[in-house]
Amino acid sequence: MSPPRAPPRLAVFKLASCDGCQLTLLDCENELLEVTRHLEIADFREASSAVIEGPYDVALVEGSVTTEEDRRRIQEIRASSSTLVTIGACATAGGIQALRNFADVEEFRRNVYPSPEYIRALATSTPVRDHVPVDVELRGCPISKHQLLELISALLTHRAPDLPHDSVCIECKRRGNVCVLVARGTPCLGPVTQAGCGAVCPAYDRGCYGCFGPQGTPNAPSMIHRLHELGMSRAEVSRVFRTFNAASPEFRRASEGEAREGESS
Amino acid sequence: MTERTVAVNYVARVEGEGALRVRIEQQAVKEVELRIFEPPRFFEAFLRGRSYLEAPDITSRICGICPVAYQMSASHALESIAGIEVRGPLRSLRRLLYAGEWIESHALHIFLLHLPDFLGFPDAVHMAEKHPEVVKQGLELKRVGNQVMEVLGGRAIHPINPRIGGFYRCPNREEVQGLEAPLEGALGQAEATARFVATLPFPNVEEDYDFVSLRHPEEYPMNEGRIVSSSGLDVPFERFEEEFQEQQVPWSNALQSRTKEGRTYLVGPLARFALNRDRLTPKAATLARELQVPAPVRNPFQAILVRSLEMVVAIEEALRIVRSYHEPPEPFLSPPTPFRGGIGRWATEAPRGLLYHRYEVGADGIIREAKIVPPTAQNQARIEQDVRHLVERSIGLGDAELQDACERAIRNHDPCISCATHFLQLDLQRD
Ligand code: SF4
Ligand code: SF4
Repeated sequence: MSPPRAPPRLAVFKLASCDGCQLTLLDCENELLEVTRHLEIADFREASSAVIEGPYDVALVEGSVTTEEDRRRIQEIRASSSTLVTIGACATAGGIQALRNFADVEEFRRNVYPSPEYIRALATSTPVRDHVPVDVELRGCPISKHQLLELISALLTHRAPDLPHDSVCIECKRRGNVCVLVARGTPCLGPVTQAGCGAVCPAYDRGCYGCFGPQGTPNAPSMIHRLHELGMSRAEVSRVFRTFNAASPEFRRASEGEAREGESS
Repeated sequence: MTERTVAVNYVARVEGEGALRVRIEQQAVKEVELRIFEPPRFFEAFLRGRSYLEAPDITSRICGICPVAYQMSASHALESIAGIEVRGPLRSLRRLLYAGEWIESHALHIFLLHLPDFLGFPDAVHMAEKHPEVVKQGLELKRVGNQVMEVLGGRAIHPINPRIGGFYRCPNREEVQGLEAPLEGALGQAEATARFVATLPFPNVEEDYDFVSLRHPEEYPMNEGRIVSSSGLDVPFERFEEEFQEQQVPWSNALQSRTKEGRTYLVGPLARFALNRDRLTPKAATLARELQVPAPVRNPFQAILVRSLEMVVAIEEALRIVRSYHEPPEPFLSPPTPFRGGIGRWATEAPRGLLYHRYEVGADGIIREAKIVPPTAQNQARIEQDVRHLVERSIGLGDAELQDACERAIRNHDPCISCATHFLQLDLQRD
């Protein structure tokens, strides 16, 4: 991190994404004005038409790399930022748009656009980490407000942010949720998904669908085994791992294994 | 100087990425191109091969500002295939969730994106230095909208609780009643907002819009209704694709919509208000009379006033539902078996306007084809016209002022460019 300088300059950049993660910053309604007293928002196009040229102390990057242009842009962003933080599943794992990585992007283009030649897109959607070194990652689709505020206060006080690396299961216990997997037999990716959301889905009687991506050392095979026991087909299990973090290495291996087995059986 | 180009390379305070290019020759506007360079994300393509039950979660990721709209249009369209009709208290809960999104999204646009234009600030943070109370009020309204979404949806962005047939879990009475006091507070603040924005200096502009929105027999439209227009259209929403056509333009990643006769049209708050004024909730109706809001509002700058009135509508509706809430017996309806598949279409009113979805699903529950027409794609061609008229009126301005004015003309319509499912940079060329 850069030496203390008051106030630190924050920039927010967007690649291919839905804007949800950067909206999380504006959603800190109670804290927003306080935060902006300690930070200079130097570039945040969604919220401001005032743009201050880099360098920046901190860049929050939302979205994945899907165009040649963005491939160049992320290099420029890295070069002008002391601390680069990727925010959300798009930036950390490629996002839902990485489903193209499992398909033929040419066909996608033809499916959606009558004149596909006007559309320029790379064949893959890739996380920022594949292009430039990343200092901190915030997971989730979208990121959690609490984790964002923790990150900002850590940056302001020059300490490491406290971001848990256990699984959603641990958060369920903390929240006092009844385990949907054990008590109701509801398929739930909680055991293999990184904590951070506060175990929202199980609190609403729903299985986790993995929007915070794989937890450090997920035991995917036993998770898959359990999903089969609950009656899910290989095709279904493959789809379960193919959502907002489909291109993360762990979820990718799980979905590809299931898809292969599904075809050969 | 015979040729002049004015360029806005990045339109700020809109959701997503866009640019504008205007070419002027011999003092006449030759071309206006609203470019959406938001990279394409191919939702319609990768929905193929997914289970119909997954569509509400997947399509919500098209837009982080109005995820509920995508969840609602998708759920209704797919429920029509599955033979499910969500009625009674579950339907009310959906309306409450949608109202939460309207409140949050309108508060975001009114206070954080649009108001700085009128008060002369680059953003809400700078505006807060001079007008702290106004900004705090806006953030509070936004917070209440989010609170409704958190209770009903589990979280405000990409709610996890809605599903085909209803919800995973219905909130209990205490959880819902907890919303009453914040909503009551918000109602007063929303009324004060409308009174305040009515006093803003509006440029004297009238546009001849063809308004298009849903219309419901009793309610201000959200989840359902017929498609009506100010030029006399009145058809069931299933006919959307026969009445409106999308075309692709080389300069944009978003498809543009026109009526089948090839005319541009406008969806969103101005359109809903023009076509549903008699469906306003009581306090919103009183306020519209008190503030002498014209019917219809044809001045795009006054969209901020109409959004404030719609915020009052959404809060009154939310309060009505909260006060009469009883937990439904079942959180969701299951499809009757066997599932036969078929084609389903639906349109709902997203905060930015009509949002149409169509799906074709096989008997195996797998989506074969998906089509999504977001509000901004429909407004894109009409926004270009607004900009053209503005440049024609203001051709004497210097480049910097003209660029600024163009950006304002675009922001009037709160374009949400992230929805480039299949969608801005200002580049003004003068001869
Ligand atoms: S991670 Fe999810 S919420 Fe965040 S920008 Fe991507 S799609 Fe949106
Ligand atoms: S429980 Fe899982 S799917 Fe639900 S919000 Fe948390 S990480 Fe995302």
